[in-house]
Amino acid sequence: MPETTTGPEAAPEQFEPRIVAFFCNWCTYLAADLAGTTRLKYAPNIRVVRVMCSGRIDPQFVLDAFAMGADGVLIGGCHPGDCHYESGNYKTLRRFHLLHRTLQELGIEAERFRLEWISASEAEPLRLAVNDMVEKVRALGPLQLKVPDEQSAEETEEVAVP
Amino acid sequence: MSAPEHSAENGVRIGVYVCHCGTNIAGMVDVRAVTERALALPGVVVSRDYRYMCSDPGQELIKQDIKDHGLNRIVVASCSPHLHEKTFRGAVAAGGLNPFQFQMVNIREHASWVHTDRAAATRKATDLLRAAVRRVRYHKPLETRRVPVREEVLVVGGGIAGIHAALTLADAGKHVYLVEREPTIGGHMAMFDKTFPTLDCAACILTPKMTAVKAHKNITLWSYSEVTEVGGYVGNFKVKVKRKPRYVIEDACIGCLECIEACIYKTGRWDDEFNLGMSKRKPIYIPFPQAIPQIVTIDAEACIDFKSGKCKKTCIEVCADRNAIDLKQKERVEEIEVGTILLATGFKVFDAKRLPYYGYGVYPNVYTALEVERLLNASGPTAGEVVLRDGKTPRTVGIIHCIGSRDEHTNKHCSRVCCMYSLKLAHLLKERTGAEVYNFYIDMRTPGKAFEEFYNRVAEEGTHFIRGKVADVYPAPENDGRLVLQAEDTLLGKVRRLPVDMVVLAVGMEAQADAEAVRRMFNITCATGGWFTERHPKLAPVSTFTDGIWIAGACQGPKDIPDTVAQAGAAAGEALSLINAGHIELEPNTAYIVEDDCCGCKTCVAMCPYSAISFVEANGKAEVNEVLCKGCGTCVSVCPSGSARQNLYEDDEIYEEIGGVLAYA
Repeated sequence: MPETTTGPEAAPEQFEPRIVAFFCNWCTYLAADLAGTTRLKYAPNIRVVRVMCSGRIDPQFVLDAFAMGADGVLIGGCHPGDCHYESGNYKTLRRFHLLHRTLQELGIEAERFRLEWISASEAEPLRLAVNDMVEKVRALGPLQLKVPDEQSAEETEEVAVP
Repeated sequence: MSAPEHSAENGVRIGVYVCHCGTNIAGMVDVRAVTERALALPGVVVSRDYRYMCSDPGQELIKQDIKDHGLNRIVVASCSPHLHEKTFRGAVAAGGLNPFQFQMVNIREHASWVHTDRAAATRKATDLLRAAVRRVRYHKPLETRRVPVREEVLVVGGGIAGIHAALTLADAGKHVYLVEREPTIGGHMAMFDKTFPTLDCAACILTPKMTAVKAHKNITLWSYSEVTEVGGYVGNFKVKVKRKPRYVIEDACIGCLECIEACIYKTGRWDDEFNLGMSKRKPIYIPFPQAIPQIVTIDAEACIDFKSGKCKKTCIEVCADRNAIDLKQKERVEEIEVGTILLATGFKVFDAKRLPYYGYGVYPNVYTALEVERLLNASGPTAGEVVLRDGKTPRTVGIIHCIGSRDEHTNKHCSRVCCMYSLKLAHLLKERTGAEVYNFYIDMRTPGKAFEEFYNRVAEEGTHFIRGKVADVYPAPENDGRLVLQAEDTLLGKVRRLPVDMVVLAVGMEAQADAEAVRRMFNITCATGGWFTERHPKLAPVSTFTDGIWIAGACQGPKDIPDTVAQAGAAAGEALSLINAGHIELEPNTAYIVEDDCCGCKTCVAMCPYSAISFVEANGKAEVNEVLCKGCGTCVSVCPSGSARQNLYEDDEIYEEIGGVLAYA
């Protein structure tokens, strides 16, 4: 596991993880806006994709993000009970647990996929969550998805959905 | 700069505009580099940077380029879409395109303002812009939805904010339901004696407005009632209001108060809430003489008939011909439909017992400021005579500022009103008792019209000011009933110990204890401490993130009466604006079903929180009711066949965005 260093002596070649963040329009996206207006500083590694509700996040979005080179995926939604659409975040939570387990079985470490409830006024928790995730994923290094051997590639071919 | 014509792809011609926002963006993001990189992206015909894209000339650029370059997609990289998405959609529409052939990129709040490394911020801005360019190619023209807005308004909270808002709306001819949980409207203002800095009598200026509420033909006043459920959406909220039993038939009671006289308890025995427990009331009571509505309330926990069933029921006897007392009254639930909602739920006073070193609740002569308001008031427990709990008139008074405000251990915020009301109390106490009054303050904060002048006046009257926070309150060693205030005088640089007869704690303002539950019910947000969050601190100070719901007064943060009334008027004005428009334009982000692909599995039907999706037996397919759909997209993410889709958030668009942020060199 590579050492993470901070300060001016930090190695210039430090691995910078790419993290795709899916934030809901009403809570976590606004928390990120608030972090901006209050000029909080956090790691520049996340790329936010806005959705109206975290319930819109299709598990396939997460799988695609990893497949296309993301080192981590962060989902941000409203606190339980606070969903702008009543219960979208509960549906996200259910999907998250199932997907989290599946991803780990695929060899994607638990720290690479994270769900955070961050309300519109919680700029500081947003900053902390992003920084923490970036540090953890940086410690893991780049995502190395196992390249399937030929046989399993054929099997995949056979069961592939048209 | 312009790209060669051949860059247009499948007829898609994208214009990209990167905003400097002065130095807000350009100071941390290399705007030129981002603009140049965008030009290399497929479909981009024009890519420009400009100092202020939201300005008229900035918007004009977009319009002109649409004409000159035949653009059919626009991407603007600037601030948050929550700020200027509407602005740019308007420019795109004015340029002749459908306003939804547009995508906004947030490189200010999400990049330049939150990062310190210019190269990294520029990379991030480039990635986000690339994602938007790839996404916008899939945008299709959409039409906004129009939802009609009902004329009825719900105002929650009957303090001065709720009263002012209700009257403003009612005078404009709109029907208002004013819901107040206490037996009377009036709120905290009704408890004050005078108001700063004019020394207007609070009741004299408030009670005419309270009476007007009761008399107004357009206001339905439900006191002793609480909102329990809020459903629906802007234009058509469905609200349930619990009407707590006051055991008095409101329409029959004429407010003669003979029943209170007739109660078998000859004197009050229970703490009078309105006088903060400094006087006693009977089980049947009215909070104060000018209460609105002028209707008595029976406290079931105090009334002997509720406890033993063996009361002589003298109240019922005396009310014989009117028959207004109904001891079997049950809680009722009213269901109403309103188009808009105003929340004016107010604040709670800081509980001084949380700071035990000030001796509140231990030493009888330590009072909160609100208790002193009642002591000064002619309808208060002492009929306006300022006497201590032992009956003596205070000769020296110490007022301690910032109790529960500007304090690491309780509330960090300044409650804004305490310096001014402390000055007012100093003036009134001196005027009524001739006492020497000492103000212990951290900083005197008197920003407001005629506030500083009032401070000077009170100082000239001989009130003393000691700059320092009181650290301890303890009985005087002489054991003469006086209390010693110990504080470091930070101007003299020495510790002072001052014996006084009366201590007044200038308690601060806090959010209501149930603010969290209330905001959940109305689906709005709270900041730290429970204050309701406005949509924008400067430009939308009374709006919330939920369309059709506004906030006014101290529920949004500590404020004085003039600011509260100003907000109430503003909120009423905003509601009127929407009501008079008759409809609201909603985002066209609804879900729809591609009928040919739908397999009829009904997964989406169960997922929809609004029951907007139904299963049509005739063709075995699901169908979205566009009026009910609010555009969360939950159904889309569960549809196994991909037939459930969402406008503005199509799968293709989101996949392009994901690919876009990750496609880097």
